[in-house]
Amino acid sequence: MSEIPLTHILFVSTALFFIGMYGLFTRRNMITMLMSIELILNSVNINFVAFNKYLYSDQLNGVFFTIFIIAIAAAEAAVGIAIIINLYRGHHSIDVEDAGEMKY
Amino acid sequence: MNYASYITWIPMLPMASFVLVGLFGRKYFKNLAGVIGTIVLLAITVLSFITVYQYFFVDGKVNDVYQSIIPEQYSWLQFSPNLSIDIGIVLDPISVMMLLIVSFVSLMVHVFSLSYMKGEERFSTYYAFLSLFTFSMLGLVVSTNIFQIYIFWELVGISSYLLIGFYYDRPSAVAASKKAFIVTRFADLGFLIGILILAFNAGTLDFHTLIERLTNTQSSQFISITTSSFLGISMLTWALILVFVGGAGKSAMFPLQVWLPDAMEGPTPVSALIHAATMVVAGVYLVARLFPLYSLDAIVLNIVSYVGAISALLAAIIACTQTDIKRVLAYSTISQIGYMMFALGVSRYGGEQGLGYMASMFHLFTHAFFKSLLFLCAGAIIHLVHSNEMKDMGGLKKLMPVTHVVFLIACLAIAGIPPFSGFFSKEEILTAAYNSNKFIYAMGVFTSMLTAFYMFRLYFRIFHNKDSHVEADHSEGSLSMKIPLVILAICTLASGFVPFGSFVTSDGISLTTHVDIVFSILPVTLSVAAILFAAKLYYMQNELPGRIASSLGTFYHAAYKKFYIDEVYLFITKKIIFNLVGKPAAWIDRHIVDGFMNLLASITAKISEMIKGLQTGKVQNYALYFFGGIVGLAVLFIYLWK
Repeated sequence: MSEIPLTHILFVSTALFFIGMYGLFTRRNMITMLMSIELILNSVNINFVAFNKYLYSDQLNGVFFTIFIIAIAAAEAAVGIAIIINLYRGHHSIDVEDAGEMKY
Repeated sequence: MNYASYITWIPMLPMASFVLVGLFGRKYFKNLAGVIGTIVLLAITVLSFITVYQYFFVDGKVNDVYQSIIPEQYSWLQFSPNLSIDIGIVLDPISVMMLLIVSFVSLMVHVFSLSYMKGEERFSTYYAFLSLFTFSMLGLVVSTNIFQIYIFWELVGISSYLLIGFYYDRPSAVAASKKAFIVTRFADLGFLIGILILAFNAGTLDFHTLIERLTNTQSSQFISITTSSFLGISMLTWALILVFVGGAGKSAMFPLQVWLPDAMEGPTPVSALIHAATMVVAGVYLVARLFPLYSLDAIVLNIVSYVGAISALLAAIIACTQTDIKRVLAYSTISQIGYMMFALGVSRYGGEQGLGYMASMFHLFTHAFFKSLLFLCAGAIIHLVHSNEMKDMGGLKKLMPVTHVVFLIACLAIAGIPPFSGFFSKEEILTAAYNSNKFIYAMGVFTSMLTAFYMFRLYFRIFHNKDSHVEADHSEGSLSMKIPLVILAICTLASGFVPFGSFVTSDGISLTTHVDIVFSILPVTLSVAAILFAAKLYYMQNELPGRIASSLGTFYHAAYKKFYIDEVYLFITKKIIFNLVGKPAAWIDRHIVDGFMNLLASITAKISEMIKGLQTGKVQNYALYFFGGIVGLAVLFIYLWK
């Protein structure tokens, strides 16, 4: 079985990134937006792991970064959900369109 | 005992009292404020007496010459290795004498104010300001360098401002305090420029070094300051004139005397302290402090003597016509300071030639006692009569026996009748003037006659003239008002007998003085004649004064209106400066400076109006902008930035 070339993996991660981006820009539900952000972060994780494996297979730096990012993503999700809860308390909705007070 | 062990306390104790009473007095110990101030003043008066004793009688003299001693000095601002602003204390004959005068008169005023200001709403504030003034004045007299004197010069100015405007609910007091501050501040501008010229050329601010360098005709500093010139006048002359302008402003010399009569709006004890005995002689003190420099330049000395003599004469003439007793005293102060000034002007440095210097300081010394006494008497009278106007007084002799006696003593002293103190100092001044400039001497003698006339006009109109119709609601005044009066009267009697020439002279070498009986005949006779004339006019109420006034006509009216000097100032400021400078400046400020700012603001407002649509309040739009920005940057850095 021949090895999967790096470009394939990069293709997957790019696709994942833009899917996340698309979700972030089009979905109005904040929880879905948060999930899209997780997708973006995971595409970065894939990049890190792939480059680590293909370019510097004797080192572990990329993997460490991935673990960091996962930890930070968890924290970020906690903060994000806290924000969403507060938004819900204020507006009785988690639709970002409804929170338009910071308009000009 | 070493000076350093106690000398710092002399200025610092009033400072501490100012901080303590000023910050906490009003809230926590309102009625104790006066006692605290008085105790502090008592302490520093004792210290001043110790200093005087130690300096003049123990260790001030080296080889029969009084030295200047610097017990404390530290560098405050170091500009360069050679130039620094120091704060220090210098002891030499004039500063030690001034220490004594300032602390002693201030003590008297503190004691007097205990009952004079009793029940005042801002009693503690008053004492705080008095302490501030005492601190600044003491700091001024012991200054070791010209910049230190300038700092304290402004501090006495501000305390004078605060105390003149003490009754701040009276518009006239507010106007008077502003006037005093602005006029003296204006003069201080000259002083500051003078300081800068001196410091620039001599490369030092320290009095001792400054005088040493500039009096040595071989030194490079002397050559540079005398050879460089501006408008054909050498820099040395300019510097000395400008410093004198500052002194003239503080000492209310013609034509900057306008603020002093108005300054009488302040409480009367303040007038006694600041506007009679201490602060207003600061100008004289400044000239005396720099006297070795002044004596280099005959032109400046001439200016000093003519300004002094003209002020003395003019103020004496005006004093004859005023009806407010405090204003009469204010003009008499200007007149007496004029004496001190022209005595300095006719003097030269050292030896017999330095008689004028010694006479000036002597007059400063005696004047401090009798003039503060006169003002405190006026305070006691006003306290009883509740009016400043002469017409509300008369026949007070029976009501105020103590005040009457001490007032008479002070009047005789200022009129120059032997053996009261004013006689001795005035004789020295007239002798010095006679030896140097006959014209000034003639003005001096004429002024001394006028002095006798207006002082006794005041005396007779207050204490005789008519039967008293004052319904006194209290007696002459409590003990704390009488004691300072009596002590000052004793000083007035005694201070003339101080062998002043052996203590304070221009070069520190003692100068024997002698009263020349033949010489004194003329001034004393004239003074006595003037007193008799005043008695004829004012001892009993009659029509003579009115007739004389109307026969003098315009001249009397002009003198009554203070020779229209105030009006001239108003004309210059309101009509000329306001119209020619103020209004264009206001136009520029309103239309150009403000206009530019308004333009900037309106441009900003327009631009924000245009781009505010970007702020949609939709978080996803923002994310899109952000992403667009990143894409843009990525394109820029990857493809375009080569």
